[in-house]
Amino acid sequence: MILFSAYLAVLLSFASGLLALTVNQRHLLQTLCNYSFSTLFKNQSQHKAWIDKNLELQRFPAFLRQGVFILLGLSGLFAVIAGLTVLISKQVITDQLPLGLPWLPWHIRFDCLSGFFFLIIGIGVFAVSLYGPGYVRTYKEHQHPFASLGLFTGLFVAGMLLVLLSDDAFMFMIAWELMSVASYFLVAFQHENSANRRAAFLYLLMAEVGALAIILAFGVLASFSDGFTFNALRESKLSVTWSSIAFVLALLGFGMKAGIAPIHVWLPEAHPVAPSHISALMSGVMLKVAVYGLIRFCFDLLSEVQWQWGVVLLILGSLSALAGILYAMMQPNLKRLLAYSSVENIGIIFMVLGLTMIFMATGHPQLGVLGLLAALFHAFNHALFKNLLFLGAGILQHQTHELNIDMMGGLIKKMPQTSLLFLVGCMSISSLPLFNGFVSEWLAFQTALQVDVLDNGVLRSLIPVAAAALALTAALAAACFVKVFGLIFLGQPRSHHSEKAHEVQNKFMLAGPALLAGLCFFIGIFPSTIIHLINNTSEQLLGQTLPNVNALSWLWLAPVSAQQASYSPPLVLIAALIAAGICYSYFRRNPLTTVRTAPTWDCGFGGLTPRMQYTSSSFTMPFRRIFAKVWIVDEQISKETKGAMNQEVASVHYQLQVHDHSWPHIYTPIAQGVNDLARQVGRIQTGNIRTYLGYSFVTLILLLWLIS
Amino acid sequence: MNIGQTDFYTQAILSLAALVGLTSFLMLGQSRLLRLIFVFALQGFLLTLTTSLAAYSLGNPHLYISAALTLLLKVIFIPWMLRREVLQMNIHRDIQTLKNKTMIMLGGASLMVFSYYVLHPIVQNTAPVMLNALAVSLSVVLLGMLLMISHRQAVAHVVGFMSIENGLFFAAIVATKGMPMVVELGIAFDVLVAAVLFGIFFLHIRSSIDSLDVDLLNRLNEIEK
Amino acid sequence: MNWLIAILQSALFIILAPLLAGWLKYCKCRLQNRKAPSLLQPYQDLLKLSNKQPVVSEQASWLFITAPYLIFSATALAASVVPLIVVDLPTSASADVIVMVGFFAFARFFLTLAGLDIGTAFGGMGSSREMTISSLAEPAMLMAIFTLTMTASTTNLSGAIAHVLDEGLVLRPSFVFALFALVLVAIAETGRIPVDNPTTHLELTMIHEAMILEYSGRYLALIEWASQLKLMLYGVLIANIFFPWGIAETFALKDLGYGLLAILGKLALLAIFLAIAETLVAKMRLFRVQEYLSFAYLLGLIGMLSHIILEASR
Repeated sequence: MILFSAYLAVLLSFASGLLALTVNQRHLLQTLCNYSFSTLFKNQSQHKAWIDKNLELQRFPAFLRQGVFILLGLSGLFAVIAGLTVLISKQVITDQLPLGLPWLPWHIRFDCLSGFFFLIIGIGVFAVSLYGPGYVRTYKEHQHPFASLGLFTGLFVAGMLLVLLSDDAFMFMIAWELMSVASYFLVAFQHENSANRRAAFLYLLMAEVGALAIILAFGVLASFSDGFTFNALRESKLSVTWSSIAFVLALLGFGMKAGIAPIHVWLPEAHPVAPSHISALMSGVMLKVAVYGLIRFCFDLLSEVQWQWGVVLLILGSLSALAGILYAMMQPNLKRLLAYSSVENIGIIFMVLGLTMIFMATGHPQLGVLGLLAALFHAFNHALFKNLLFLGAGILQHQTHELNIDMMGGLIKKMPQTSLLFLVGCMSISSLPLFNGFVSEWLAFQTALQVDVLDNGVLRSLIPVAAAALALTAALAAACFVKVFGLIFLGQPRSHHSEKAHEVQNKFMLAGPALLAGLCFFIGIFPSTIIHLINNTSEQLLGQTLPNVNALSWLWLAPVSAQQASYSPPLVLIAALIAAGICYSYFRRNPLTTVRTAPTWDCGFGGLTPRMQYTSSSFTMPFRRIFAKVWIVDEQISKETKGAMNQEVASVHYQLQVHDHSWPHIYTPIAQGVNDLARQVGRIQTGNIRTYLGYSFVTLILLLWLIS
Repeated sequence: MNIGQTDFYTQAILSLAALVGLTSFLMLGQSRLLRLIFVFALQGFLLTLTTSLAAYSLGNPHLYISAALTLLLKVIFIPWMLRREVLQMNIHRDIQTLKNKTMIMLGGASLMVFSYYVLHPIVQNTAPVMLNALAVSLSVVLLGMLLMISHRQAVAHVVGFMSIENGLFFAAIVATKGMPMVVELGIAFDVLVAAVLFGIFFLHIRSSIDSLDVDLLNRLNEIEK
Repeated sequence: MNWLIAILQSALFIILAPLLAGWLKYCKCRLQNRKAPSLLQPYQDLLKLSNKQPVVSEQASWLFITAPYLIFSATALAASVVPLIVVDLPTSASADVIVMVGFFAFARFFLTLAGLDIGTAFGGMGSSREMTISSLAEPAMLMAIFTLTMTASTTNLSGAIAHVLDEGLVLRPSFVFALFALVLVAIAETGRIPVDNPTTHLELTMIHEAMILEYSGRYLALIEWASQLKLMLYGVLIANIFFPWGIAETFALKDLGYGLLAILGKLALLAIFLAIAETLVAKMRLFRVQEYLSFAYLLGLIGMLSHIILEASR
């Protein structure tokens, strides 16, 4: 039953993709429908009338769009159902499908870890399918065919779900490639722009390099075992060196997909150019699949984790978190900013996973469980709020035709509902209390504070430093999202478009984000609902549960012990409501003191203009100065003067470009190296046919010598 | 080891050790000379406190003499001399631009961890307080060297040198509970002579290259460029 | 009973906060040879503001009007977590010290958004600066507090203070660093002199005032009160974490009385120190603040490291 709904989720996503293909086959559908009604269901004329009406030329595209997204939504729903049931029942379901290679049928395994990520994907896909129909309506059919968008969306979702289900290396890689390639086409969807094509190519390149690394990692494991099923890989006995090599390869592969610094560069390029609901899926969900891969590989397939790996993850994670948020802060493009902030959040997840490894390897499995809890919980939360923010960005782009933060402003009055939803997203991602982001951050801090149990001096000094980095990251994230919300929604409109903007008419476009925002708040108040599920996961994966399971009630959150740390979001919410209520009623008691509105005080200069407001670059200027070395800042100010003696300034041009260090310092050298190598190889290409014959001859001789 | 279970002397020594380490860090990050000298004097004062504390709790009166010497030399005389030098040469307003300040501070922090790492096997059998105090002294020595490497002013070099001496002195007090009087006096005399020599040295550098920036000594390089 | 005491204590916190501000102002005036206003002046100001009709800009959105209530409530919630006169608060269990820092972040989030809401240059300037300073100060504060929580192996503030109290006088190097770090952070976060001048309205230097420039009437009263509360909160944190002696450990009336007297004495003393420091020190340039705060951060980190390495090494 559980597996059935999981399969159903996969099939439905395939079906939605296939349905999208029929967008140009209206006549075929009409004839098919006429035929089927005339032969099979003769007496159901009212249904026929309904279908006929929808197959008319005018209504057909909208009908099809809805159909595709309904199927996608059902797929998400079934994924949620499958995930929840397996998490609650704590089952491990295995199955084999007679697909794939003849001697290696596809092995399926559905356990709590897969279930948890099914839940994440399901929620993400469901929200996107609510939002999608309204969003894709604006694409012109001849320029951006819906068929390809729908097809690849379906394949993309199916690929992600299959990755989670797979129980052998072959199926895993096939599903992984399905996911990567389908998402490549989605990134390249608006391909008329050369920058988009470049971004998509970069994405494909890095995805394939990552996939190679993963294949190699599986290869290392497989060479020590007899088979490619995960069960066989689990049994493999590796020396520490070989398992470390496998770990590094897996980290490279999965880290590239997850967007860990410094191999994150595809992320800020690819996410902004994809359609918004796709960026939401990629950022909110696909990165989590990479995290799943890493967890599956390290904690499940590799028999023992080493603390040194944990240190590597911890350092990489801290660096990505800090770099991610600092780069995010400098971006004026909203979706680029969100993409960089994904790097930050993935960094936090990796950091906590590193802590988990350290605690597991040094013989404190219960604390390891705490770390895993924090990591998985943060992955879940990030999926929620990042989806929400990307969908919000999509709405903004839809309504204002802008993604540049500096061109927006004042939208809180034009788009009240969107602004509220976006505010919830910003508050969650800035990890403010009462929202879900805070809870996972709290858990991460609690994990880091357990450092006292460790013996190793290096670890004891390293983990507090990482905690310090985490604290700095959280504070910077708050600053970054104050900037985002403040500049987009508050103040006065900075451009014509945002002045004319209005709320979206399509209620479903708001329903998707609203669902996510509601979940953000609900889970912020009742985190134990999810924590119980994760606890089941870790029981199955690591064979351990939290030290203090009994204290986990709906009211209290005390993962280690009630004496050590506790947090009760419902009580805090109640207290907050009481406090706000008291001060509201106290200060509103006098009816004479109702608010009077007046023009803003302009210091007597006659009129405030929107250009006087702070912009994105001016808001972040102090940060740019304090952390100057983090970016390559290219700032140019040119003045044009006029009048006598050139004393009067006619105009000032200010140009600011902030670049990533990783390009000139990592990627350009690599690209150059590859080019040089290619040139070396090119020397053997002489153009002379007899030389080529000579090559073949020498090769033949060598081979003969080898096999003799 | 839990600090709550140790005696008051150990707690105080540890706190002082931490503060001495902090002053070394402060010196490393200081870009103004006068402030650098002030922090150096502060470190000397902390050493005086340590010595008198040791004298008091170990009942070793000759350590008082050593404390008094420290106070005189390292808190009063040498800082005063350096300060006068700096003021005379009118370089107290120069801000030394430290390149890569963050990297230097990070390097300092890792040196501290490194000294723990190095000392861990050596002092395995003694009390943990010894490990901590010795590690702090070693890191003061290393940080002093780093100070000399990273700063360009000759004055800063003198301060770095003296702070190396401070680190050794601290280790001596804590580890051996006071060296023989002769050794102490000898060291004090050495420091004094070093200070005087440095004074003369300054005079000569300044008269020959008009500055105390040691990077300008590069010109003495014989190799043709 | 516990809950009643906790609620009463938070009420006491809220009520005493303007008094501390008044006392601070009094000390400062006397130090600067000026005639001091009455100690109760802040109360009169608040009362007057709350009875005035507020004038709000036409540009203002709902966020501008809601923000003061949220800011005040968040600060009040933070205050309810901190033991003022008695340890063993039930509220400390429902929200630990990380949540308290979270409340501050919550209040600041809305304060800065309110600064941006009207769309004047001043508001944006204040918000940008406030976010810069606080994003450097918040981690330093967390580091200082983590030193305490790791010593007491609890993040429950009541529990931690009780632990320090039980242990008696122990000289801890880590606490020395944490104390310095927390003092530096407190000065930065409450907008006192080397970082921000609470009495200035000079555009180039103001931070906190720039954000709340558009507020008037009861909204201004709420924000002022919240910032006074924040000042007191930091004072109480410093006083009760590092010098917890005198705080009541039981709910006996006598102990509570002593606890109240003790905290009043400690706060009065702290305020005198602050007044002296504010009189002697000049305000820093904005871009010197980062050095100041990264020093605080470094101190907090060294405190934590010295706890782990010096005090609890094995």
